[in-house]
Amino acid sequence: MDTMRRQLLKGAGATGALAAALAAGLLKPTQVLASEWNRTAFEAKESPAVLKALGASGSSDSKDLQLKAPEIAENGAVVPVEVISNIPNTISIAVLVDKNPFPLSAAFDFANGAVPEISVRLKLGQTSVVKAVAKTADGKFYTAQKEVKVTVGGCGG
Amino acid sequence: MNRREFLQVLAAASAAGMALDSPRALAAQGGEALYDLPRFGNVHLLHFTDCHAQLLPIHFREPSVNIGVGGATGKAPHLVGEHLLKAFGIAPRSLEAHAFTYLDFEQAARTYGTVGGFAHLTTLVKRLRASRPGALLLDGGDTWQGSATALWSKGQDMVDACRLLGVDMMAPHWEFTLGHERVKEIVEGDFKGRIEFLAQNVKTTDFNDPVFAPYALREMNGVSVAVIGQAFPYTPVANPRYMVPDWTFGIQEEEMQKVVDEVRAKGARVVVVLSHNGMDVDLKLASRVRGIDAILGGHTHDGVPQPVVVANPGGRTLVTNAGSNGKFLGVLDFDVREGRITDFRYRLLPVFSNLLPPDAAMAALVDKWRAPHLPKLGEKLAVTEAMLYRRGNFNGSWDQLILDAIMDVKGADIAFSPGFRWGTTLLPGQAITFEHLMDQTAITYPYATLTEMSGEQIKTILEDVGDNLFNPDPYYQQGGDMVRVGGMTYACDPAARIGHRIQDMRLNGKLMEADRKYKVAGWAPVAEGAQGEPIWEVVARWLRDRRTVSARRLNNPRLIGIQGNPGMA
Repeated sequence: MDTMRRQLLKGAGATGALAAALAAGLLKPTQVLASEWNRTAFEAKESPAVLKALGASGSSDSKDLQLKAPEIAENGAVVPVEVISNIPNTISIAVLVDKNPFPLSAAFDFANGAVPEISVRLKLGQTSVVKAVAKTADGKFYTAQKEVKVTVGGCGG
Repeated sequence: MNRREFLQVLAAASAAGMALDSPRALAAQGGEALYDLPRFGNVHLLHFTDCHAQLLPIHFREPSVNIGVGGATGKAPHLVGEHLLKAFGIAPRSLEAHAFTYLDFEQAARTYGTVGGFAHLTTLVKRLRASRPGALLLDGGDTWQGSATALWSKGQDMVDACRLLGVDMMAPHWEFTLGHERVKEIVEGDFKGRIEFLAQNVKTTDFNDPVFAPYALREMNGVSVAVIGQAFPYTPVANPRYMVPDWTFGIQEEEMQKVVDEVRAKGARVVVVLSHNGMDVDLKLASRVRGIDAILGGHTHDGVPQPVVVANPGGRTLVTNAGSNGKFLGVLDFDVREGRITDFRYRLLPVFSNLLPPDAAMAALVDKWRAPHLPKLGEKLAVTEAMLYRRGNFNGSWDQLILDAIMDVKGADIAFSPGFRWGTTLLPGQAITFEHLMDQTAITYPYATLTEMSGEQIKTILEDVGDNLFNPDPYYQQGGDMVRVGGMTYACDPAARIGHRIQDMRLNGKLMEADRKYKVAGWAPVAEGAQGEPIWEVVARWLRDRRTVSARRLNNPRLIGIQGNPGMA
């Protein structure tokens, strides 16, 4: 376990780390985000409507799009989800939680050959299918999905 | 008189209440020859699992209900009674039939005597080690929990016993309910340089750093052997999260593949996984991960006489499960020639206490830990008129007793008791001691509770636990049994989808209402901050008031669509 790294980060504090990220140009200021924000997709209340807003209706599953998520969530409030696209020329990845009130949880754009890998922690209100949608430079969409169970717990073993 | 007639005479004598000569009955079954296992090959693995801190010999009744659904229907481990005997070619009424099934349990238990006990297990381990130089002893976990003395000593009695027994490596589950600090203290203290505590699937929640060693490599008779540890993947879900706040678990199938590839690259010729996944999860894992020769499994407490051979893209993997409560010792021998496994032998040996003299040093250690507590442990709370056991998918007479007691004491309409698979068996006429009660209840979150729940909440809980047991995809199962239910009745369709399994919920014959509130008693809450009297105090009080406990009427759900399932007696 890398204790040193953990202590350094604790010492730096969350605000400091965020400021550093902004300064390094890793995060964009809000004004830029606002202009690229797909309001229709993020405000849609059903997954099919999200896919439509993204232009991804009718896309098919691809083995080259990996979605890593637990079968059973340890804590529904912070479910770790990782998406890795091995599809050439992936330019964006979106993550949906079908049963959430607003299914579209995150969308990432990759510019100038950035490696299309993302890792997020999502809140799941209940057991749901989690979907990843990848878009390629030629405008095609691919999906991957997995059911993540949110359970009341107890009674095991 | 042939063997069968001999046993019938014994059974009749037993029924008539006559004292039985257990050594003679055992001798008629071949006696100690059971343990004369000639050495085979050059790689030897001895495996026990889920002993649940049972240091003394006990009885343990195997289930009469262990239903498999979907692809698991009618296959090991979902075979009970005669179905199991037939599948594995075990003679009815034999010593092994008693070890592996519930059939004629009371008579057979009186005839053949108790099973397990660390002093007897030690003798067996020593004997096998003598014939198998270099053999590794693997403990599948659920070792530090399950008895009064383990609870009161924070697992120290078991830690000391495992060191004396000569355990080489272990994988964990209930160990974590002692809290992460205590686990670390033992692993970095008592275990250091002696017992490898292995878990490839436990990482820190922040940076995903490994918490324990994922595997150990050993040279055995010129062969490089890797043992990979797999902790129970759903520890923070099935047990309190707050006990392991900084660690994340999960099956971690891809990580498992990486670890297998890594040990192969380091030259391992035999790769085994010491697993606490549960047998259904192990069977699926074996079908998807390449390069594992055997998964020595536990958690689901299945006493499976022979391995299941699973094909996968890399070859074949043996999957075993070695029962519980110190009742069995698995012996796996591989013959490795020119770097390749050419053949194997496997036996799951029942540990019959009357066939194995106790090891003196282990017996002394067990006595040392029990001595200060003897007056408390030995308190006779009541005498049971009927057999008390726990194991089974839906209920057991021990659980029914707990449900009856807690509903009575708490004045509840309904009671829930967790579907634990540990807990020993008492025969009719036996006194229930405080120690026996602790064998069913000794956990670090024992609080008895009384809560108001709506009919809808009750349905949600039953559906949720039912799905943990009967989800057709093993990766979504947690390996416990169904929550035991007192007061209300219901029907269950195991093959249905979540939300549709639980039907016809009734209280006093009347259909329950979604919006109505009901008083529900329970114990073992996993939420942080839960409070209440320990369940053993509640049940002990109830037992002392009675002195004699009559046969409990088991509240089992009406089952739908499982006629003819070989997982059903």
